[in-house]
Amino acid sequence: MSDPVLLINVILLVIAVVAAIAAMWTRDLLGAVMLMGIYSLLLAVEWANLFAMDVSYTEAAVGAGAATILLLTALTRTGTREKAGPNFHPTALLTVIVTGALLIYGTADMPRFGDPQAPATVNVAPEYIAQNVGKVDAGEDGPENDFGDHVPNAVTAVLASYRGYDTMFETAVIFTAGVCVILILRPLSPSARRETAQSQEGA
Amino acid sequence: MSLFATFNSIAFVIIMMIGLYTLIARQNLVKKTLGLGLFQTGIFLMYITLGVRDGGSAPILQEGADLAYSNPLPHVLILTAIVVSLSTMAVALALIIGVREEYGTIEADEIATIDRAEAKEDHEA
Repeated sequence: MSDPVLLINVILLVIAVVAAIAAMWTRDLLGAVMLMGIYSLLLAVEWANLFAMDVSYTEAAVGAGAATILLLTALTRTGTREKAGPNFHPTALLTVIVTGALLIYGTADMPRFGDPQAPATVNVAPEYIAQNVGKVDAGEDGPENDFGDHVPNAVTAVLASYRGYDTMFETAVIFTAGVCVILILRPLSPSARRETAQSQEGA
Repeated sequence: MSLFATFNSIAFVIIMMIGLYTLIARQNLVKKTLGLGLFQTGIFLMYITLGVRDGGSAPILQEGADLAYSNPLPHVLILTAIVVSLSTMAVALALIIGVREEYGTIEADEIATIDRAEAKEDHEA
């Protein structure tokens, strides 16, 4: 337990799991959204603790910020009360226990936390860091900086170069989602509404 | 010690299962969407944990320093996944608003009851 990273990791995850259970337990949807915001912010701290700085920023901005705003906007149109009902659902509990047991059985041979001999650490990661994929040579006349004109952030380098298509089609996904939201929420035009009414009368 | 060293493998399964339980047990569509989001963050936790190294540091290279950098690849994958999860949530919420306007409720069992009643009417007519 001498490793502070591991200790903070365990504390943060315990608080996060409590926040998640509270968010799922409550019948007040507004409270659930707020608790999910807290959960996201805790995860953002957790990512920073696990040295994933870029993921931490994104989680804080997208998970705790944008997602909460989206959910609140949706709640203004749907109402904030969830119908009362039984909290105990035998089928769901059985499914969850079986699936969870299988997953935990599958993680039994995963490397321990921070293992320097883990396959993910020894195989490709050193290549990315050594080559610093995506490094840009600015040429002799280019600007001089402390990093020899390379991109110092390996995440930026991999994101923009090695996984450039991934990033490009990610924007396509966002665009498609935006178009879908507009098409679903757009009110029907008067002519389309007349057509729908006519077809219903005909039937 | 060994319990804490494998703590994250258990924690990500617990988070995913909380989300899965909500998806199955709760009828409210917004609550189901929240459960789906929870399920996704469990997967993020697994990926980020795989990139961690003992005595590590963020994968931001420093000149002349021999540091144990974290694996940058899981970070890149999860950056994409976070944005995609927001997109799916946005479309899901738009559909839920549409359902609410059409049916006047966002509880899955009430919607099924309305659907069955309508189907019965159509059958009799």
